[in-house]
Amino acid sequence: MSIQVDHVTKRFGAFAVLNDVSLHVQDGELVALLGPSGCGKTTLLRILAGLERPDQGRIFLHGTEVTDRRITERRVGFVFQHYALFRHMTVAENVAFGLTVQPRVQRPSAARIQEKVCELLTLVQLQAMAGRYPSQLSGGQRQRVALARALAVEPKLLLLDEPFGALDAKVRKELRRWLRRLHDEVHITGILVTHDQEEALEVADRVVVMHQGNVEQIGTPDEVYERPASPFVCQFLGDVNVFHGRAVQERNVADLPPLPDEKRVTTVGVVGEHEVTFVRPHDLEVHRSRTHPSQLEATVRYVLTAGSRVWIELSTQDSMQAIEVELTKERYRELDLREGEIVFVHPRHRQVFKIPQS
Amino acid sequence: MNAVTIIADKDLQWKESLTTESVFVRRSLIAAAFLYLTLFLFIPLAAVFAEALKGGILAYVGSFLNEDALAAIRLTLLVASVVVPLNALFGVAAAWVIAKFDFVGKQILITLIDMPLAVSPVISGLIYVLLFGLQGWFGPWLADHDIKILFALPGIVLATIFVTVPFVVRELIPLMQSQGREEEEAAITLGASGWQMFTRVTLPNIKWSLLYGVILCNARAMGEFGAVSVVSGHIRGLTNTMPLHVEILYNEYNAVSAFAVASLLTLLAVVTLAVKAIVERKAHFPTIVADPISNVQTGSIR
Amino acid sequence: MSFILKQPSVLPGFALTLGFTLFYLGVIVLIPLSGLFVKTSTLPWEQFWGITTTPRAIASYQLTFGASFVGAIINGLFGSIIAWVLVRYQFPGRSAIDALVDLPFALPTAVSGITLAAIYSSNGWIGRFLEPLGIKVAFTPLGILVALTFIGLPFVVRTVQPVLQDLDKEVEEAAATLGANRWQTFRAVIVPELWPALLTGIAMAFARSVGEYGSVIFIAGNMPLKSEITPLLIMTKLEQYDYAGATALGVVMLVVSFVLALAINLLQWWSSTRHMNQ
Repeated sequence: MSIQVDHVTKRFGAFAVLNDVSLHVQDGELVALLGPSGCGKTTLLRILAGLERPDQGRIFLHGTEVTDRRITERRVGFVFQHYALFRHMTVAENVAFGLTVQPRVQRPSAARIQEKVCELLTLVQLQAMAGRYPSQLSGGQRQRVALARALAVEPKLLLLDEPFGALDAKVRKELRRWLRRLHDEVHITGILVTHDQEEALEVADRVVVMHQGNVEQIGTPDEVYERPASPFVCQFLGDVNVFHGRAVQERNVADLPPLPDEKRVTTVGVVGEHEVTFVRPHDLEVHRSRTHPSQLEATVRYVLTAGSRVWIELSTQDSMQAIEVELTKERYRELDLREGEIVFVHPRHRQVFKIPQS
Repeated sequence: MNAVTIIADKDLQWKESLTTESVFVRRSLIAAAFLYLTLFLFIPLAAVFAEALKGGILAYVGSFLNEDALAAIRLTLLVASVVVPLNALFGVAAAWVIAKFDFVGKQILITLIDMPLAVSPVISGLIYVLLFGLQGWFGPWLADHDIKILFALPGIVLATIFVTVPFVVRELIPLMQSQGREEEEAAITLGASGWQMFTRVTLPNIKWSLLYGVILCNARAMGEFGAVSVVSGHIRGLTNTMPLHVEILYNEYNAVSAFAVASLLTLLAVVTLAVKAIVERKAHFPTIVADPISNVQTGSIR
Repeated sequence: MSFILKQPSVLPGFALTLGFTLFYLGVIVLIPLSGLFVKTSTLPWEQFWGITTTPRAIASYQLTFGASFVGAIINGLFGSIIAWVLVRYQFPGRSAIDALVDLPFALPTAVSGITLAAIYSSNGWIGRFLEPLGIKVAFTPLGILVALTFIGLPFVVRTVQPVLQDLDKEVEEAAATLGANRWQTFRAVIVPELWPALLTGIAMAFARSVGEYGSVIFIAGNMPLKSEITPLLIMTKLEQYDYAGATALGVVMLVVSFVLALAINLLQWWSSTRHMNQ
């Protein structure tokens, strides 16, 4: 089922939680709403579900306007952040709930319901847990029960509110890969809310990055990561070094993008404009000797080895700005760096944004 | 005594000395608590039954087998059977609206619900006398239409409702607030109607607290003395509830019968406290024992 | 006063349950209580003042508030000890005692009244030992104190107990590692945590005692000016069909109750928020 969000605004008091948000989701897509807490992503999800009403704007599901439809008429499955399992019902009873509350005419037979519950528990790999109560399950298992329960009523749209938020790191990772595989199996349109960029990039077909009630960027995980549309998106999607400066005439653009500093900046805009440049730690190349004139000279301050990666903190000679570099262990061994040594760095890849003059 | 126990004891003592008191202090405090509770709890509790059985088991049973006592028991049961369902219904409705919605004026509503707890029982009776008495607001009109509220069943019921209004709702609000709205929202998203949501999700979640609230409300309704005393008129065989009957017997120096009827009410109170203890245990351990297997699996996907 | 939903909700039944709640409270609580004030407002001020300041009325206030206060203080002390013992120590019968503490709350007041009168009368279980010492309890103001102490018992225990249970053991361990002995830890760490709950419990016991009627009248003796509590005085006036007198005294009691309820709310608000802005 396709989704169309048309200029939706939602206020709580004077505070606009959603500010004229528009969005289109294709049938069968799995989309992540990504942003820091308070960016409005959960509110948008609840509006789609019909748990909240927008102040302005319209919502279309499969081309039909549903803005004023009640939640029960929308046929959406909603998976709550804290699962909201019925604590006094077994796993099987939880999954069957949506079927057993249907009006008598539509309700499947008891045997059919049981069969269906069995199928769903197989799908979420919890056949053995059918008779358990929620309090006897681990967090990951509860989450899968919540999913099975939502899928039981065959919704055309599945909405997940921070589905892995309450789980520990390892279970999270397993569960989100499982969710991706599940989605490839059942092909249901899905929207998932998360504040974890890794989760969004790994699970979703497309990512909607939100900030302070606005949509900052919509795109595939590669697009938003490689070509962020705004400084916020760039900073939110992983670690980044930030360089402030003023645009100057750039010499050899094609050759090697220089690293800017206070005096010597780069770029795309009009000369003299304020600019900010973002370089990810792993996009910085480090050499023991100068291999190019535009390389920046810096001193090694700290070296931190963490598993397969090595983090190095550099500081530039003149501005004392701290620069973080991420190296592979091999590259680090090759360079054989010690704290206090001088190195030369340049970016393989960078993002430059103009800063509007205020 | 062997060496191992001594070492173990010392180890325990050393650990405990950080965050607990010496044995002497501990024993003294327990003794003080016991002494106080003996004076004010155990002795009175035992005395009720001792006094009731002073004249032997026949006299005890005989205390209930007369017209006045049976009439008092019947009236008390009748009053409770009207008051308790009404206050239970009110309790669920008020707890639902207070615990699950945010609205302007909620605090005022809660204060209003608590009001009867702050008011002296004598005043709880007095306000109904002022409303329905001959000089009251509705008194003349009621007299003209020959409707008796004061010194009759309706007055006793009204005063008892007033006094016991808070009991069910006060048990439910904290529980329903702590349970949040998500389970009910989930039921609605899964297509349940309001009634299905209530009977299949809300009610099972609150049933134990509701049960305790109802039983406490019942105990207080059956035992209310001050307010009922004001509105009942003490008409023997007609408007005497059990506590009023106890008073009359006692004032007639019929101590054995007074304590016999009192012992029934005391049993009711003890049962109420037992139910409370059970409900609290249920609340602490909501479902059966946790299964060790589920702890091992910790959500890994096979 | 308007009731408006602050946030729309998908949960059903808001209008229905709110409507029913308001209707029920209006009929059962609000209209009858306001009737008391309306009735009072028809009394001329001089008459109201006259009724509420007779020597008999003033003696009853002194007795009611005095005995309630002393009873509440006694319960403050022993209630704290009982709460402490129930939370911190293991001993046989602990859970049974824990359940029984609420007995004075669940027991009909008339039953408490006749029972206490029987125990403390000159040939009662306890009274017979006090009699030779020259201490008379039943049918004296001391009897009133006993009854009010009895009914106030659960309040301090039940307000202090949960706070003690929630007290973080680590804080006490921290105090011990910093060199405090047990008494110092108790004084400097535990008491400040318990203080608001203890005050709340004492205030609740006091508020309950002030209005108490049933358990007191059997043991009090009920002599005007000597052992007559204010609720009994109201009752006496009602029996004499002196509605004006009963109403005036009722308003005095009600105002005191409201002030106490307000104080208790403030105490609870204080105990729940005092650590927030630190």
